[in-house]
Amino acid sequence: MPAAPAAPRKKAPAGTLYRGREGMWSWVAHRVTGVAIFFFLLVHVLDTSLVRVSPEAYNDVIGTYKNPIMGLGEAGLVAAIVFHAFNGIRIILVDFWAKGPKYQRVMLWVVVGLFVVTMAGFLPRHLMHVFGGE
Amino acid sequence: MTTIADPKAPRPPRARPSRLTTRGNTELYGWVFMRASGVLLLVLIFGHLFVNLVAGDGVKAIDFGFVAGKWASPLWQVWDLLMLWLAMIHGTNGVRTIINDYAERDGVRLVLKCLLYLAFVVVVVLGTLVIFTFDPCPTDAPANLLPSFCTA
Repeated sequence: MPAAPAAPRKKAPAGTLYRGREGMWSWVAHRVTGVAIFFFLLVHVLDTSLVRVSPEAYNDVIGTYKNPIMGLGEAGLVAAIVFHAFNGIRIILVDFWAKGPKYQRVMLWVVVGLFVVTMAGFLPRHLMHVFGGE
Repeated sequence: MTTIADPKAPRPPRARPSRLTTRGNTELYGWVFMRASGVLLLVLIFGHLFVNLVAGDGVKAIDFGFVAGKWASPLWQVWDLLMLWLAMIHGTNGVRTIINDYAERDGVRLVLKCLLYLAFVVVVVLGTLVIFTFDPCPTDAPANLLPSFCTA
């Protein structure tokens, strides 16, 4: 059986800001973290509303937030929020700062750096609260 | 044989879209709102996370008394109310954009957006009512679960 001719390689259009690489992947991450935060927000307003039912009902539900698995979930939630927040500032700079589009790629690495620093400050303290016992 | 159009000729008028996809400047205002509310939300949510997860004993310290103590201050009432409204509008508009991008069938888009707006109304109304009708010292609750100022 003769080998099928190789499909012509599609060349990605060049010169656009958001196609491939840092620009596109930060956009994807912004969407994914945004949707995750939104669904947590819906749940979080509902669980907080239990303060209107009774102190016992609220304490029961907030108690589940203190177990280790939920504690790791909270770390993930904070990570999503921190990325979304810093990358959001980057988006604003790309839109409004004259040199924003030129530096969008550098700014993503600044976002990643600030993310690492913020999480390095938050994680040990939070994990101590969650796993540190009484 | 057809010739290509003179590149300097004025463009022919664009065909009118079969259906109006946006009215006036609504999408522009939404775009501006996402940026303005985003900056405010960064401050509001980072403050919220610091006070609730980092300061003191973090998540371990959160209970009914903690919430009642915070909402005894008008600052945190306004803080949480602003956060609720801005985050819900920002998030709903973001998810609306995503539905518009990925749900290609008109019916699917309509259903998803109806569900989204229903969730928006329920959560915003419920959250607002909770902040404004909250009773930090319900009379039938055990005193050890209440903030200390209830017995004072």
